[in-house]
Amino acid sequence: MDLTKLNLKQAKEGLKKKDFSSVDLTKAFLQRIKEVEPKIAAFVTVAEKEALEMAKRADGLIANGQDLPLLGVPISIKDNFSTQGIKTTASSKVLDSYIPPYDATVVSKLKDAGIVLLGKTNMDAWAHGSSTETSDYGSTKNPWNIGFLPGGSSGGAAASVAGDEVIFGIGSETAGSIRQPASWCGVVGLKPTYGRVSRYGVIAMGSSLDCPGPITKSVEDAAIILEILAGKDHFDATTSPRQTEKYSIDLNKSIRGLKIGISDDYFEGVDTQIVASVKNALKVLEGMGAEIVHIKLFEPKYAIAVYTIIQRAEVSSNLARYDGIRFGNNREAFGEEAKRRIMFGTYALSAGYYDQFYNKASKVRTVIIEDFKKAFQKVDVIIAPTSPSTALPLGSSKNHPMFGEMADVLVEPSSIAGLPGINVPCGFSKEGLPIGMQIIGSQFSESKILNVAYQYEQATDWKEQKPKL
Amino acid sequence: MKLTKDQVKHIAKLANLTLSDTELEKFAGQLGETLTYVEQLDAVDTKGIEPTSQVTGLLNITRPDEIATSLTEEQVLQNTKSKEKGFFKVLSVFVDND
Repeated sequence: MDLTKLNLKQAKEGLKKKDFSSVDLTKAFLQRIKEVEPKIAAFVTVAEKEALEMAKRADGLIANGQDLPLLGVPISIKDNFSTQGIKTTASSKVLDSYIPPYDATVVSKLKDAGIVLLGKTNMDAWAHGSSTETSDYGSTKNPWNIGFLPGGSSGGAAASVAGDEVIFGIGSETAGSIRQPASWCGVVGLKPTYGRVSRYGVIAMGSSLDCPGPITKSVEDAAIILEILAGKDHFDATTSPRQTEKYSIDLNKSIRGLKIGISDDYFEGVDTQIVASVKNALKVLEGMGAEIVHIKLFEPKYAIAVYTIIQRAEVSSNLARYDGIRFGNNREAFGEEAKRRIMFGTYALSAGYYDQFYNKASKVRTVIIEDFKKAFQKVDVIIAPTSPSTALPLGSSKNHPMFGEMADVLVEPSSIAGLPGINVPCGFSKEGLPIGMQIIGSQFSESKILNVAYQYEQATDWKEQKPKL
Repeated sequence: MKLTKDQVKHIAKLANLTLSDTELEKFAGQLGETLTYVEQLDAVDTKGIEPTSQVTGLLNITRPDEIATSLTEEQVLQNTKSKEKGFFKVLSVFVDND
């Protein structure tokens, strides 16, 4: 049996039945990492020694009859999550040698649940981008074709999952950074509602937008992991006090009578093969009793403008703290994309321009939120392509000052409104590159979008296909 | 809309970034392109609309101010290249460091 092909649920079962130990599993993944990393470069840091120690400890607990939800399960975490004692760079040379003295809340929750941390995954530096090409440590490559990009910013996380280097990965999304790489790499990516999962200890990009979430081999895995990550955290005042749910409980619910909204604007300018795949997926869901409802959403192009202003303004403020005094290198070490975003954000927030840019964008943000609220009075979920294209060739992001924002046009509106969304694989292009669709719900409707995603996944077999590496 | 090199220089100073001449040129053009793009928002009528900064509507979130375990002095200083007697050592504020 090839242990690296297992998803979370299968790995848990095998560990429980003692078919293999956590050390066996961890060694299998470390071996796989050795084999495929030279091709895809998904990791910034592989923590082999620490991983084997964690696996041994997990095996000890299993032997004592302990049952934790992720006990002994090897995973990757994006390199913008602070991990105590393990280098955390956000893929920027500014933090080249930074060793966090504490864990992000997400990391401590995962550790409490029993994970084995295999390493930290590559990303666009500071999460600025949708390609991983702005990483100061080189680009990650798409496991389906190493001449292509994995997407980003959580490109390393998505590639590590698609390349079977881990059971699952943890990523973060400001607008698209989980869903878009998941779609380009052919895996599941869940971006929760803003404030559902704590941002504490995550290297901040756009604080009013940032959301941590799982990248997985199956929808059920994403639901199980969200159950562990979700909840109020007194270290992050923007986490919601709302009760968390048993997100995996509704997966099997029938979707008969479910109303799925589709908006034409979200299919315009999208690769025709993607449009065809998503329409086929909608037919599958209709076949299961769902009803397609045509709606008109606010044009996504305005969301790009709102997102560009808000995100870059917040970036300039968040990155102001990097002074090279308390930790990290000085500001000379910022790469070009970070400088470009800091510059724009500083301009937009400077005296005399605040009203014209940040304030205006925040008002249009209200318009977009209200627009979605109206839509969700008519439909239960909204389905659209996740990305306008399949994975693009290496080098595509170079010399395009708004590459990231443009690549994420279809995920920005929902991110701005703080909505949850999930990418589910729904086909392949002629070139053999994965295609993904996104299911978006109203705030805190994670159970519903997971239910729809799961029903679709069970009716199709896209996830059985694996890249040849 | 293209920014002048002097404008870009001024923003760089506000942002505490040192830019090369090539970067100043490049950013003048690219920042201008981005500004032109975002000006599309002028077409959206926002009269009487309140700005949103907290999307889930939380307001005045507080917590009890209780003493809990915090990082040790050693942990806090573990990543700095510049410390003295248990403190971070910074450049003087009241003299011109240039």
